[in-house]
Amino acid sequence: MLIIKNLKAEINGKEILKGINLTINEGEVHAIMGPNGSGKSTLSAVIAGNENYKVTEGEIIYKGINLLELSVEERAAKGIFLGFQYPIEIPGVSMVNFIKTAVNEQRKAQGKTPLTASEFLKLMREKKDLVEIGEKLTNRSVNEGFSGGEKKKNEIFQMAMLEPKLAILDETDSGLDIDALKIVANGVNKLKRPDTSTIIITHYQRLLDFIVPDVVHILYNGRIVKTAGKELALELEEKGYDWIKNGE
Amino acid sequence: MKNEDNIINEVTQSEYKYGFTSNLINDDIGKGLNENIIRIISAKKEEPQWLLDYRLKAFAFWQKQTMKNWAHLKFPEINYQDIIYYSSPKPKKILESMDEVDPELRETFEKLGIPLDEQKILSGVAVDAVIDSVSVKTTFREKLAELGVIFCSFSEAVKDYPDLVKKYLSSVVPYTDNYFAALNSAVFSDGSFVYIPKGVRSPMELSSYFRINAANTGQFERTLIVADEGSYVSYLEGCTAPQRDENQLHAAVVEIYIHNDAEVKYSTVQNWYPGNKEGKGGIYNFVTKRGLCFGENSKLSWTQVETGSAITWKYPSTILKGNNSSAEFYSVAVTNNYQQADTGTKMIHIGKNTKSTIISKGISAGKSNNSYRGLVKIGKNAQNARNFSQCDSLLMGSECGAHTYPYIEIENNSAIAEHEATTSKISEDQIFYCNQRGIPTDEAIGLIVNGYAKEVLNKLPMEFAVEAQKLLQISLEGSVG
Repeated sequence: MLIIKNLKAEINGKEILKGINLTINEGEVHAIMGPNGSGKSTLSAVIAGNENYKVTEGEIIYKGINLLELSVEERAAKGIFLGFQYPIEIPGVSMVNFIKTAVNEQRKAQGKTPLTASEFLKLMREKKDLVEIGEKLTNRSVNEGFSGGEKKKNEIFQMAMLEPKLAILDETDSGLDIDALKIVANGVNKLKRPDTSTIIITHYQRLLDFIVPDVVHILYNGRIVKTAGKELALELEEKGYDWIKNGE
Repeated sequence: MKNEDNIINEVTQSEYKYGFTSNLINDDIGKGLNENIIRIISAKKEEPQWLLDYRLKAFAFWQKQTMKNWAHLKFPEINYQDIIYYSSPKPKKILESMDEVDPELRETFEKLGIPLDEQKILSGVAVDAVIDSVSVKTTFREKLAELGVIFCSFSEAVKDYPDLVKKYLSSVVPYTDNYFAALNSAVFSDGSFVYIPKGVRSPMELSSYFRINAANTGQFERTLIVADEGSYVSYLEGCTAPQRDENQLHAAVVEIYIHNDAEVKYSTVQNWYPGNKEGKGGIYNFVTKRGLCFGENSKLSWTQVETGSAITWKYPSTILKGNNSSAEFYSVAVTNNYQQADTGTKMIHIGKNTKSTIISKGISAGKSNNSYRGLVKIGKNAQNARNFSQCDSLLMGSECGAHTYPYIEIENNSAIAEHEATTSKISEDQIFYCNQRGIPTDEAIGLIVNGYAKEVLNKLPMEFAVEAQKLLQISLEGSVG
């Protein structure tokens, strides 16, 4: 699914990623953990194609194609979804209109016909139930006036609507109470298929109680310093990051 | 100059010698403006003496005026002697098929989703007999005539309904009103006349008809709309399709007179040529639009979507004279590249319990300048007058300007006037968020801008609202990233 080789990236001349190597197979869930400022969000932004970050070296191969040559929306249409740590507000644009445009733009890029109004509404009803978001939320402007929990649920709702192949969830658990966390995790689990992969970026073990990762990576100072099974997250929870920072 | 004067004289004299009323096929009168030219225009149009006198008074007034420079606009001085003030409507060159139309224009038509038949009409391609514009017009006319609605060109109205024209012309915008209104009053070429009789609701938007007519809009248009007691009409001016014109200066006047319990909705979509990316060329649009809510409970609603012109100078205004009368002004003005717009409204409250609402949405991109200028005036007898104003600006990029000049004058203690203003920017984060969901940048801008302007677009008649949305997006294409 995804092969990242020696990826280096900088923002405003400051190097953040200092040689990332990562391989994710179809059907796998990977967790990326690490202290603040280690480069977790940068990694997700670079995979999504945020142009504020400059890739200076390395490559990202996604389903056999060189991802770095594609624009942000082309990557999205190829199945890459980024759940934002801080979802963006777009005043005046209703969530329905926004997600309908997104779904149909992606279909257009994939050479499919746009969904009819009734097909779209049917799809939306199904997916809304999945993440337990109400009618009201989809009629409001994109993320405007949403609570922290509503914003995160809304990210999962969009992911459900867009049915990505590779979902990257950037600190989706931050700011969530336990009930919302369960709903979000439940949504992610239900959307999991043998041919999709998920990257979960988080600080804490607690999300991983609900979404069980196949592989856990620890990112520190722009590099992946440790990779292991799900038990690594527990170990980390117990020992804290100092254990990593002190070079074991 | 001397030589030029001679030529003008020669041309005008020769016209004069051979008379005005014969079949004039190719009868431009040459450049320049003087009393004689005005006499020629009037004579060519076979106007009655009172109208000629009116033109001459307006011209005399105009000559004594100079253009006032209070607007936030910069442009070179206009040479009024370098303009042709009259050319008879020439039959447009008929093209055989859409293949002969400028590909750029065709592309825009496609983007706007204008039906093929309408594309043909707008670009002067011969159309099938079935939807031939003449027959469409005739059908409309018959329908309207049954109800006593008059809808015709201004020139026809002068001939067929002289009393109505004489009574209402200049009753809302006197020629002394401003420099450009004076100029228009002196030289106006043609325009539209609408009269809705007592108690009649116009059964159709006067839009579809007008759109077919739109290809022949003149440089100095004159529009007069009269809504008699208890009547209603929705009038739509302009066109989302790009309008190119050889004439750089446009100075139109629109007057609307509304009697007791009558209502007029006036919508404009303006997409004149804005000049190229470097700011060369483009239309200068100096328009005076005003409605008089003369009667009690009368109502006027202005909606405008302004995307074109190099210079826009335009303040559709309402005088709320009748008690309980009300007015609305909903505006979206887009400027991109080097466009400049200074636009807004005036709400003059005179009657008791009068209400006005102003919703202005400016969008500036490129190196453009976009100003809102509005006056809310509440006179001393306007007991319980209310105004609500909201002026929002949306900026794209860091080289454009948005300015707000609200003026509020209140002479009555019972008045309530509210003013809200916001300025926001389309952020890179918003664009990235849309891109990440698969929405390309131009579509993302369209989505964001239409969301921002929704309140105004919702006021447009349905079929126009859809086109106007696309128009906003097209006007801003490539302005980010």
